[in-house]
Amino acid sequence: MNLINVKNLKKEYVTGDVVTPVLNGLDFKIEQGEFVAIMGPSGSGKSTLMHILSFLDRATSGVYEFKGQDITSFDDNYLADLRNKEIGFVFQAFNLLPRTTVLDNVKLPLIYSKKKDHDTLAKKSLEAVGLSHRLNYFTNQISGGEKQRVAIARALVCDPAVIFADEPTGNLDSKSGNTIMFILQRLNNQGRTIILVTHETDTANHAKRIIRVKDGHLLSDEQVKNRTIAQADKDLIK
Amino acid sequence: MNIFLTIKLVLKNLRARRGRTLLTILGITIGVAGVITIISLGDGAQSLILGQVTKLGSNLLSIVPGKEVENGPPVPGLIITSLTNGDADAIREIPQVSATDAYVRGSAVITWGNKSVDASFMGNDEEYPQVVNFTMEAGQYFNASESSGGANVIVLGYDISQELFGDTGVNPIGQVVKIKSSLQEKAGGVPLRVIGVISPRGSAFTQNQDKLVFLPLVIGQQQILGIHHLQGIFVKVDDAANIDSTVAAITATLKQRHHILDDVNIDFAVRNQVDAVKTLSTITNALSLFLVAMAAISLVVGGIGILNIMMVTVAERTREIGLRKAVGASRKAIRNQFLLEAILLTSLGGVIGIILGALFSYLIAQLMLYLKYDWLFSVSLKAILLSVSVSVLTGVIFGLSPAIRASKLDPIDALRYE
Repeated sequence: MNLINVKNLKKEYVTGDVVTPVLNGLDFKIEQGEFVAIMGPSGSGKSTLMHILSFLDRATSGVYEFKGQDITSFDDNYLADLRNKEIGFVFQAFNLLPRTTVLDNVKLPLIYSKKKDHDTLAKKSLEAVGLSHRLNYFTNQISGGEKQRVAIARALVCDPAVIFADEPTGNLDSKSGNTIMFILQRLNNQGRTIILVTHETDTANHAKRIIRVKDGHLLSDEQVKNRTIAQADKDLIK
Repeated sequence: MNIFLTIKLVLKNLRARRGRTLLTILGITIGVAGVITIISLGDGAQSLILGQVTKLGSNLLSIVPGKEVENGPPVPGLIITSLTNGDADAIREIPQVSATDAYVRGSAVITWGNKSVDASFMGNDEEYPQVVNFTMEAGQYFNASESSGGANVIVLGYDISQELFGDTGVNPIGQVVKIKSSLQEKAGGVPLRVIGVISPRGSAFTQNQDKLVFLPLVIGQQQILGIHHLQGIFVKVDDAANIDSTVAAITATLKQRHHILDDVNIDFAVRNQVDAVKTLSTITNALSLFLVAMAAISLVVGGIGILNIMMVTVAERTREIGLRKAVGASRKAIRNQFLLEAILLTSLGGVIGIILGALFSYLIAQLMLYLKYDWLFSVSLKAILLSVSVSVLTGVIFGLSPAIRASKLDPIDALRYE
């Protein structure tokens, strides 16, 4: 099923009299269940594209259809609600709440949803990233890799249509990064759509498809030939 | 977003910053404690004054000799002889007057055996018990014939009775005491037979009523003071509605008897207890209002403290706000969270302030009771509701702008914020 459909998507920033074009008319589709990496050097517009795709920002012109709905006409409240239901975020800097337990961090998106039984949902989500033993730890008591796994659990907790991972391994050592990629691939194997934003080819090769962006243009859009399959950590195979 | 979840979240945030939270609410706490204390003290003072008036008797007029000077105190040392026994008799004829008590008073030394005590005495009429509220501990008050005939009898206040007879076991009734004016130097005094003791009454308007003794007017005038005029007349009016007309009737009667044509020359004053209470109330109210205004300033300062700390909080938690927005918080949810945080801060300050204010009022009440005033400790619901609503309102007023600022943050910028 068609999840994301982008036609002639443009974005420009206006500062005073200066107009800076960031995205210059992008066209692509993403199907449900895909694992797509959006690649490009810094300044290429990949972050802006991710913000628009994840309803954090709006395009200046063009069409963005999500699950067949043109979202450009929706108001901020509706987009906030849509982010809550359909989007999970994994950030480079984790963005966990300080002085808060792992469990409470994962429960955060549920506060803004209509879902019930927050504890059960959060625990299930933490189980999926192998952190059931860390529920009541505070976020400053766990390692970087574990923090990112908490962030993935948080992204999963509302059962979103798509997970956006923005340089998820950027702040991690290679072993922890590998674990993260393993989890993302496993989630994708279970049917979850993943959109990975990165500038590293090694990371991008974990995806099934790579969309390359440069200077706001689509440079290439192709399937990954020799896909890297991340090997699981022992403690994750249960 | 669920309100209980929001409250839980906010409480967690406040708990995480305990020290700062307490310092932040200090201004509100002091302001509210001030308001509670002031209102409680105002109520206490009001009930004290009212209690003293009812103790003296309601519907009471007091006629004193001398020109009325803006309710001012009498001029010391000046003896005014313009009020006479005949005046009292004339007032007694006015239909609305249900009782009158013409009196003289002074300080005296009372002797029984080898004991003597200082006391204030009143020489007055048999109608005094109808004018002023009290009950007899033993015996009775002197009657009409004892009064008009100038019988050698005396009624003792409770304290005087205790001081003279308390530790002797002798029943005061029937004993003969000697009384002489404090101004009189030579020994001796007028022998009077004790016929009654009045039950304890406490203080009213700075005078301990239990240190008074009562004797017939004629005895007081002729045998103790050696005067022929009156020092005042108490008048009991039959109904509160008739007070104004009675004042007018008394004034007219006395003007006629004193041959006064021009109001400028009026040589007496008719005082109304109700008016006196009103005057006192006006003063206490004005004072309370002034103090409440000062407390309000403290609340505004406290509110600015809240504004300041909420601005800091929003800046500190910019990334958190960005994250919350990313995971689906609407503007309204963010605004409500920070607004609620401000309101909970000020409410917490208010509640602590109410407790402190009540405690402080209680301590003052205990002090007043210790000083033998009939002080009633009360923290009115009105004061509590006022304080709570003012605290909440302070939170809304000073929390709104930081909360709106937080709600308007762009999630992308907020997430990048270092």
